[in-house]
Amino acid sequence: MTQAFRIETGGLINREKKLSFKFNGKSYSGYEGDTLASALLANGVHLVGRSFKYHRPRGFFGAGVDEPYAVVQLYRNGETEPNIKATEQELFEGLEAKSVNCWPNVNFDIGAINNFLKIFLPAGFYYKTFMWPKSFWYRIYEPFIRKAAGLGVASTKHDNERYEHKYEYCDLLIAGSGPSGLAGAYAAAKNGAKVILAEDKPRFGGSLLTSDVNIGNQSGKDWAEGIIAELKTMSNVVVKNRSQIFGYYDHNMLVMSEKVSDHLPNTKKYHPNKRLWYIRAKEVLISSGSIERPIVFGNNDTPGVMLSSAAKEYLKVYGVLVGRNPLVFTNNDSGYETAIEFKKLGVDPIILDTRKNPASEIIDEAKNLGINIKNSYVVVAAQGYKKVKSADIASISDDKKQLGKIESIKCDCICVSGFWTPSIHLASQSGNKTKFKEEIDAFVPGQSKQNERTLGAANGVFSLEETLKTSFAAGSELSKKITENDNEVPVPNVVEKKFSQHDKFWCVPLPEGKNYKRFLDFQNDVSVSDVEIALREGYRSIEHVKRYTTLGMATDQGKTSNLNGLQLVSEIENKVVPAVGHTTFRPPYTPVSIGAIVGREVGKHSKPTRKSPMHNWHEKNNAVFVDAGVWLRPRYYKRGNENLFEASKREAKNVRTNVGVCDVTTLGKIDIKGPDAAEFLNRVYTNAWLKLPVGKARYGVMLREDGIVMDDGTTTRISENHYHMTTTTAQAANVLSHLEYYLQLVWPKLNVNVVSTTEQWAGAAIAGPKSRVLLQKLFPNSDVSNEGLPFMGYMEGDLFGVKARIFRISFSGELAYEVNVESDNGNYMWEKIVEVGEQFKIQPYGTEALSTLRIEMGHVAGSELDGRTIPYDNALEGLVSKKKDFIGKRSLQRAAFTAHDRQRIVGVVPLDKKTSIPEGSHLVKDANAPLPNPKLGHISASCWSVEHDNPFSLAILKDGKNMIGEKLFVMSPLKNKVIPVEIVSSHYVDPKGERVRS
Amino acid sequence: MLYIKCPHCGMRPQTEFSYGGDASVKRPELNKDVSDQEWDDFVYNRKSLRGKHLELWQHISGCRQWIKVERDTATHEIFRTFKADEEVA
Ligand SMILES: [Zn+2]
Repeated sequence: MTQAFRIETGGLINREKKLSFKFNGKSYSGYEGDTLASALLANGVHLVGRSFKYHRPRGFFGAGVDEPYAVVQLYRNGETEPNIKATEQELFEGLEAKSVNCWPNVNFDIGAINNFLKIFLPAGFYYKTFMWPKSFWYRIYEPFIRKAAGLGVASTKHDNERYEHKYEYCDLLIAGSGPSGLAGAYAAAKNGAKVILAEDKPRFGGSLLTSDVNIGNQSGKDWAEGIIAELKTMSNVVVKNRSQIFGYYDHNMLVMSEKVSDHLPNTKKYHPNKRLWYIRAKEVLISSGSIERPIVFGNNDTPGVMLSSAAKEYLKVYGVLVGRNPLVFTNNDSGYETAIEFKKLGVDPIILDTRKNPASEIIDEAKNLGINIKNSYVVVAAQGYKKVKSADIASISDDKKQLGKIESIKCDCICVSGFWTPSIHLASQSGNKTKFKEEIDAFVPGQSKQNERTLGAANGVFSLEETLKTSFAAGSELSKKITENDNEVPVPNVVEKKFSQHDKFWCVPLPEGKNYKRFLDFQNDVSVSDVEIALREGYRSIEHVKRYTTLGMATDQGKTSNLNGLQLVSEIENKVVPAVGHTTFRPPYTPVSIGAIVGREVGKHSKPTRKSPMHNWHEKNNAVFVDAGVWLRPRYYKRGNENLFEASKREAKNVRTNVGVCDVTTLGKIDIKGPDAAEFLNRVYTNAWLKLPVGKARYGVMLREDGIVMDDGTTTRISENHYHMTTTTAQAANVLSHLEYYLQLVWPKLNVNVVSTTEQWAGAAIAGPKSRVLLQKLFPNSDVSNEGLPFMGYMEGDLFGVKARIFRISFSGELAYEVNVESDNGNYMWEKIVEVGEQFKIQPYGTEALSTLRIEMGHVAGSELDGRTIPYDNALEGLVSKKKDFIGKRSLQRAAFTAHDRQRIVGVVPLDKKTSIPEGSHLVKDANAPLPNPKLGHISASCWSVEHDNPFSLAILKDGKNMIGEKLFVMSPLKNKVIPVEIVSSHYVDPKGERVRS
Repeated sequence: MLYIKCPHCGMRPQTEFSYGGDASVKRPELNKDVSDQEWDDFVYNRKSLRGKHLELWQHISGCRQWIKVERDTATHEIFRTFKADEEVA
């Protein structure tokens, strides 16, 4: 295909490099430096999509981030991405894109029938119609809407691209590289400040790329290039193109999305697709410029109607004519600039100016060039379905209410300029209270809330000279504060044309008898009449009008529509615009791909995986691992074809009959030292600690202040003022913070220090009737007899040359010990235990067997200490001291905690002794009771009892104390199970606890 | 994301800290008779005010010290930060 609308020379594209691409299956060509939009326009393609609601044909309206129409589905590098603006997507060899919002295709769209049924789709239509009858919603309405709506299709495949996050700090962050951004960055850089300059487009320079101005005796574009080139050589400056600052958060934290690879056919090796920057800036210069505002008229959404600044950009940057027969419709001088550019290329534009008698330098230039100018004229309506073919125009009265006789003139594009709207999004996100600036009919930033300053067009300053002056000054002043350098940078002289006053006119009245659609929001199809309906129905707040009509709620966030919407509300309500106010600007300024936000946090967590020193041994011995927080723990050790159930049963049984060894390194360990350590423990735990002798361990329970059990574990007195506390794996970090809280804030006078030693010690639990004979072999020089090392005793020993701590504590309910050695010796310890234990038929056991052993013993763990239970609920009230005070004690007097039918832990056995009980099931009295069936309790943990060879569960049951022997039902709607059960004691094995003392 | 000045370590991002609630709450002394009202006020009842708020944060990924932060709950402005034992004037 030829690029019929590409001019011979000019533009900033690289004509040496031709690129081919496909749009909707058809092949085209463009040049390096094109966007998808400019390349399509060069080929005369104006129809790119269908509108959201009425499926009307849509073309290009802008040339950048403000584009409301040209949203496409992109195919690149084997992936697909929806919601891509063709005006932002750079062309690369082999690019493929498709229209969205149309079915079956962009030229024939069944949804366009909505266009003829428009009377049925006014504002609030979805709210009103699709709500009734209710049963229709899921079956009919929703599928219909889903089929008809949407801005593309998200890929369901795994995304193979990489996305990175980066944290950065700087003195000055500058958003935008137009004249203001360049001046601010340059002045600050010269003072030695650490500067980051961010530009969302591929090219730096902003408006200087397209405007006809001179700075320091060179063209604006050349000046910009010179400044950028110099900034790039400075070590204190980072300049980034393709980088959009989209959010301004608290304490001067801004987030920027850098498109690293989107402009390339393939992502380079080791490069990310996008990089998200979290930037903490001491000062921020917002130089985000302004966006041209449309004038509203009939059929103003027809392809070929576009912003006059966009037409100029396509011409000057891309060398593309958006039409050969252009009509410029303007209320200010900007339209003339576009017309002059056309005229210079031999294209004859017609200017319709809403003003009666405007006069300025630029208007004179247009006149001198012989451009046809019609004053007090408006476009009443565009004509043509898939492309503008002509325009109905008319003169307009001075009061802008009466239209003259309507004439039709031929044209193939309508370039609209309704003046400029400052991009105040970032300033507003920072908390800045914006103010309305009468002279430009728009909001500008007001009092700064954070360390931010808005300059240039974003601040409503449209004079280049003024912009450069204030921006150089701001860059110097703010950087001087930080670096204390004061290197003066002279402000270059500026040659620019003065503009005359614009006309506040923004909406063309409907001619008698015509009912043209006049769109405010082009992406969401919100028209003037929709807003009128909303107001008629009583919506007053602009926030409500927005939600009811969806004005400004599309992915372009109303960049081109917001202000006209406010104008309309203010006219109908007879209020001034500032009294109507604007809706809140929220990040992101422009859509950010989910991949960039997620970054590297995909798949398995990116925190370091914690492995015990014995991990390699477990791996070699066929351990199947389970995640325990960030730890990996062996769940079971697979033998032959065993499954989880068979293996864990074997391991648990071996503990009950012989001896087993379990890696307990992950248990939280806290070293506690100081003369007041005993007193501190006495306040932290519910039981008494003052009289614990050296060389003894004690089981303790700690509460939160609200009386709920926080954690449990054993603490051992190593020496007079030295204790070793253990916590559950899950609560280790919380317990440490809890202890620090009381030591630092509540009882700072207690002379105690705490420190985590979890990773300093490797631990092995040796459990089973043969554990003592094994221990004796491991420590031949120590007296580990029942007298030498009684239950809850502690001693130090020598494990074949390695210093070890031996605790006689038990979680399994069997005679058991726990041996700790320094982590580096962990594997040595483990291998010795297994080697020596072989003669006693030792087997390693994993967390599954560990659970089985503790459940059938009735020992509580995380599933019972679930943040909702008090000591009584867990049958731990015997550990609650009546004499002394401790954290949370006062709460235990609360009425609910002392109720006679308070919930309590029980055992649960299925009547058939066969059916396994799903954890989380509910206990009910009557399985057939009508819903909601009153819940009496829930199953907290389940196992297969190896002692009794039948299923056994623990439950927290209402009035559990008096329920032993009752028959209830377990119900699990999730597993669709109803199981008749009997309530038994939670101590299903060795209820007197004789084994641990044997 | 807030930027908090730890009195021990300097300016650090919020991700290094964990929040600890109202710093003006005083725990009733041990072994003292406490009325239901007094205890509920300590455990549950919080002003949840809008504006200047003295609150606790712990620098968990830093020095592990509990600190006091004077912050505006509406604007997030941080006025001052204090060590645990520093008197707040
Ligand atoms: Zn710190």
